[in-house]
Amino acid sequence: MLRYALRRAVWLLPTLILVTFLVYVALRLGTDPLASYRRTNIRVSKKKVDEYIAANGLYSGAFGYVRGYFQWLWGFITLDWPRSIKGSREVWPHLKDALANSIRLGLVASMVGILVGNAFGVLAALRPGRLRDTLVNSGALVGLAVPPFVSALLLQLLFAVYWQKWFGYALFPVSGVYPPGHQGFDLFLMIKHMALPVVVVAIQSIAVYSRYMRASLLDVLNSEYMRTARSKGISERRVLVHHALRNALIPVTTLAFLDVGAVVGGLIITEGLFEYPGMGRFFLVAYGNGDFPELMPWMVVIIGSVVTFNLLADIAYAKLDPRIRLG
Amino acid sequence: MSADQLLQVSSLVKEFKVKTVTGIRSVDQTVHAVSGVSFGVGSGETLGLVGESGSGKSTIGRCVLRLIEPTSGTVRFRGRDLVGMRKEELRALRREMQIVFQDPYASLDPRLTVGSAISEPLDIHRTPGDHGAKVAELLELVGLSPDHASRFPHEFSGGQRQRIGIARALALRPKFLVLDEPVSALDVSIQAGVINLLQDLQNEMGLSYLFIAHDLSVVRHISDRIAVMYLGKIVEVAPSEELHAVPAHPYTEALLSAVPEPDPVVERQRHRMILTGDVPSPINPPSGCRFRTRCPKAAEICAAEEPVLTTISEGHEVACHFPDSTPVSLRGTRS
Amino acid sequence: MAESELSSLDASVGLTAESLSPGRLAYRRFLTHKAAVVSVFVLALLVLWVLLSPWTARYGVNEQVFDISKGPNQNLPPADFAWFGTDIIGRDVYSRVLYGVRVSLIIGLASAVFSLALGSLIGAVAGLKGGLFDDIVMRVTDVFLAFPFLVALLVVRNMFGAVGWITVIVGQPSSIRFMVFLFAVFGWMGVARVLRAQVLSLKEREFIEAARALGASNARIIIRHLLPNSIGPMLVSLSLGVVGAIVSEATLSLFGYGPDPGTGATSLGLLVAGSKSAVRAGYWWLALYPFAALLVITLCVSFIGDGLRDAFDPKHGGGR
Ligand SMILES: Nc1ncnc2c1ncn2[C@@H]1O[C@H](COP(=O)(O)OP(=O)(O)OP(=O)(O)O)[C@@H](O)[C@H]1O
Ligand code: SF4
Ligand SMILES: [Mg+2]
Repeated sequence: MLRYALRRAVWLLPTLILVTFLVYVALRLGTDPLASYRRTNIRVSKKKVDEYIAANGLYSGAFGYVRGYFQWLWGFITLDWPRSIKGSREVWPHLKDALANSIRLGLVASMVGILVGNAFGVLAALRPGRLRDTLVNSGALVGLAVPPFVSALLLQLLFAVYWQKWFGYALFPVSGVYPPGHQGFDLFLMIKHMALPVVVVAIQSIAVYSRYMRASLLDVLNSEYMRTARSKGISERRVLVHHALRNALIPVTTLAFLDVGAVVGGLIITEGLFEYPGMGRFFLVAYGNGDFPELMPWMVVIIGSVVTFNLLADIAYAKLDPRIRLG
Repeated sequence: MSADQLLQVSSLVKEFKVKTVTGIRSVDQTVHAVSGVSFGVGSGETLGLVGESGSGKSTIGRCVLRLIEPTSGTVRFRGRDLVGMRKEELRALRREMQIVFQDPYASLDPRLTVGSAISEPLDIHRTPGDHGAKVAELLELVGLSPDHASRFPHEFSGGQRQRIGIARALALRPKFLVLDEPVSALDVSIQAGVINLLQDLQNEMGLSYLFIAHDLSVVRHISDRIAVMYLGKIVEVAPSEELHAVPAHPYTEALLSAVPEPDPVVERQRHRMILTGDVPSPINPPSGCRFRTRCPKAAEICAAEEPVLTTISEGHEVACHFPDSTPVSLRGTRS
Repeated sequence: MAESELSSLDASVGLTAESLSPGRLAYRRFLTHKAAVVSVFVLALLVLWVLLSPWTARYGVNEQVFDISKGPNQNLPPADFAWFGTDIIGRDVYSRVLYGVRVSLIIGLASAVFSLALGSLIGAVAGLKGGLFDDIVMRVTDVFLAFPFLVALLVVRNMFGAVGWITVIVGQPSSIRFMVFLFAVFGWMGVARVLRAQVLSLKEREFIEAARALGASNARIIIRHLLPNSIGPMLVSLSLGVVGAIVSEATLSLFGYGPDPGTGATSLGLLVAGSKSAVRAGYWWLALYPFAALLVITLCVSFIGDGLRDAFDPKHGGGR
C-alpha cells in the first residue's frame, strides 16, 4: 500500500511540471501578457515594460518560452513571485484570501451535497421503482439539467430583489462575503452571504451524489453476496449498515475526491455571479486583465489540488476495496 | 507422417504477460498457456483436442488461425508458415481456414441479420456471384430455412445460432475448420444434431477439423485421432479407438473414467480413476511432469525430469515416465 | 417453413412471426419511458416553432417594438403587444428568445455532431488498437477532464484565438463557427472515453474475433461491428453534447466571452448574460423567458438521454 502510494506520488512532480508548462504556454499565447500590461498601464515607460518582461520571463521565441518557464518556475519555488500587473500588489496575500474564501464555500457546499445527496440515494435505493425512488431519480436529473447560473440568478431574483420588494428587506445578500465596508469577523453575516452560493453549488453535488449512491447501493444490494448474507438470517438493518452501505461507500468516497475539480468549476461560475471573492472570481478578474503574475500561481494551486486529489481518490479506492489490484 | 499434412504445428509456445498482485507488490508474471505443442492434421482428418478448462485449447485454436501471435513455434498450412506472414497473404489464407466458436451467443454480431453475417466473408473477399443465393444455399446446408436470412441472432436458439456460425465459417468453402467446443454451450439433446451436421459436412466437402472439447465423450466418434492436453502440453496422442482402449497416460485414464458407460453392468465393474486436487496455475507450472501434483503414479523422477512424447505403438505417443500399455478392460482395481 | 433433411428438432423452434431488429426493440423500450417520450414531443414542438420563426416570431431580432417618440418602450413587463415584455432598448423579448434558441440549437447540434464524429473515431481506434495511441488519448483527456471546465474552456479559447491559421479557418473567437470549433475540441473527449470503454468490452466478444478470422480489416471491424453496436452510448453522448454546448455558450456569454452581440443576431447565452443586470434591477421577464427556453431544452434532452440509456441498455434500467 505504502509503496503504491509512494510510486504514485513520485509521478506527481513530473505531472505538475509538464502540465504547468503547457498552461504556461497556453496562457502566454492566449492572454498576451505584454499587450495586457500595456493596456492596463497606459503610457508606461519603455523601462517599466522591460522590467516587467524581465520579472516575468516574457521572452519571445520558442526558446524564450522554455527559458521563461524555468525562470518563472525558479522564482515560484524560491517564493520570489513577481507583483501583479498593476505593479504594486503582491500576489500571495490576495491569493491566500481567495483560497480561504473558496475553501470555506466549497467545503460547506460539498458537505451539504454529500450528506443530503447520499441520504437521498440511500432512500431511493431501499425502495427501487417506488415513488420516492422515482422522485429522487427525476429530481437528480432535473438538478443536473439546471445550469448553475440559472439557479444562481433565480435565487438572487427571488431572495434578494423580490424579497426586498415584497417585505422591504433582502433575505439574503447577493454579493461579497461581508457588506461593503464591514470590518472584522462576523459569523452570522458570513453565513448569510454564503447561503445562496452554497445552495447553487450544492444542488449539483446533491444530484450527482444521490444518483451515484443509488446506483452503487443497488449494485451491492443485488449482488450474490448480499443474498447470501440475507439467507443466513442476518437482520435487514444489520445487512444494510454493515455490508451494503460500507461497500456502496467505496465508489462514493472515490467520487468525493475526484469531485474537487468539478466543485472548483462550479465555484467559478457561482463566485462570478455572486461577486464572492474566492478563487473563481480571482481567476475571472485576473484572466480578464491578462494578469500573468496572478494567473500562474492560481493555476499551480488548482492543478496541484486536482492532481493530489486524484491520487488520494485512487489510494482511498485501493484502501477501501480489498479486491482492487494496485496496477 | 508430417509430409502430407494439411496443418502442421511445431513447438508452439504462447505466453501471456499479466500483472498480478501479491500483498502490496504488483508483479509482472507470465501465463504459460501453451508450452511447446506439436501436432498435425491430415487432409480430410479430424483431430480431437481434449483437456480441462484452462489447459490452453482455445489458445492453440487462436494461434493456428493467427488471431493471436504465438510466442514462438511454427504453424504451417499447406507447408507455408503463417507466423510472420504478411497481411495480404494471411487474408488470402483465411479463405481456406476458419473457426467456429464456443459461445453461440457471443459469436454473432447482434446488429447484423443472419444473412449479412453469413455474407460478410463473401463481401470481405469480394467473392463474385449472387451473395443472396449463396446465403440461402448455406442456410439450407446447415439445416436452416433461407427465410431466416432476414432475421436477427437474438431470435434464434443456441443450436440454431451455432448452425449460423457454421454457415458463416463455410461461406468461403474452406478446407480446414477449427471447432472450438462447438457444442459445449448447447443442451445435450441438441448436441447430437450439430455434431451429425458437422460430420455430414465433412463427408460432403472433404473438410479437415481441429475439434476442441473438454471431455472425451464428445470427440470420441467424430475424431480420427485424439490429442489430450494438460496445462499447456500434449500428454498423449493416439487414434481414437486406441486411445479409448489403451489410455497410456494416467491423465487420459482419469478423463476416460469421467465418461459414463451406457451399459450399467460395465459401468459398475470397470476400473475408475478419480482425480483429486486442483489444476496448478499456468503461471507456475510444476517442474518435471506437469501432472505430477495430481498423479497417483508420481515418483521422484517425475519432479526431476520432464517426460517427452514417445511413440509406444503405431501412431500412439505418450509423455509419461510410467506409461501403461495394458488395455483398460484388463486393468484391475489397483491403486 | 421448408424443412431440409438435415434439420433436427431445434432447427425451427422459437421463431416469432414478426422479425424485430435490435434497433426496433430499443425503440419499443424507449416508448415505455414516458418522460422521455413527452420530452421528444416538447422538444420537437420547440424546434418546429423556432424553425418557423419567419411566421412565429412577431418582430425582427433588432426591431424596436414601437417608436421612442410615442413614449418609453424600454424594459416593459409582458403585455399584449410584447408577450414576454421588452428589453433595455425596447426590443420584443419573445421574438428575441426565438432567434436566440435558433442560434443556440445550431451551436449545440453542430458541436455535438463534430464531437461525436471525432470522439467515436478516436475512441474506437484507441480501444481497438491500444498501445501508445491509447495511452496518449487517455492521458490528454484525463488532464482536460480533471481541469475545471470553464478555466480550460477560456484558456483554450484564447490560445486558439491567438493562432493565426486557426482563426483563418474557423473565424475569430467571437464568431459562431469558432464557438462550434471550441466546443468540438472539448466535446470529443467525453465521447472518446465512452466509446473506448464500449469498444474494450465489445472487443472481448467473439464476434469481433470471428470477423478478424474472416479477414476483416480494422476499418471494417470499426465501421461494421463496433460502431453499430455502440449506437446507444453514441446517441446518449450526442444528447449530452448538445446540452453541454448550449450551456457552455451561455456560460461563456455570461462572463463576456460569448459570440459578438454586435452582429445583431442573438443567442440564448447572450440573452441570459443580459439578464444578469436585469435581475438586480428586478426585470424578471428578461431572465425568466430565456431561462425557461434553456431549461426546456436541457431538461428534455436529459430525459431523452435517460430514455435512450434505458432503451439500449435494459439491464441498467432506472426508474420511470
Ligand atoms: N488474453 C489472455 N491474457 C492472459 N491470460 C490468458 C489470455 N487468454 C488465455 N489466457 C490464459 O491461458 C490459459 C489457457 O486459456 P485457454 O482459453 O486457451 O483455455 P481453454 O483450454 O480453451 O479453456 P476453456 O475450456 O475454458 O475454454 C488460461 O489459464 C487462461 O487464463
Ligand atoms: S510422468 Fe510421472 S507424474 Fe507424470 S503422468 Fe507419468 S507417472 Fe504421472
Ligand atoms: Mg476455450
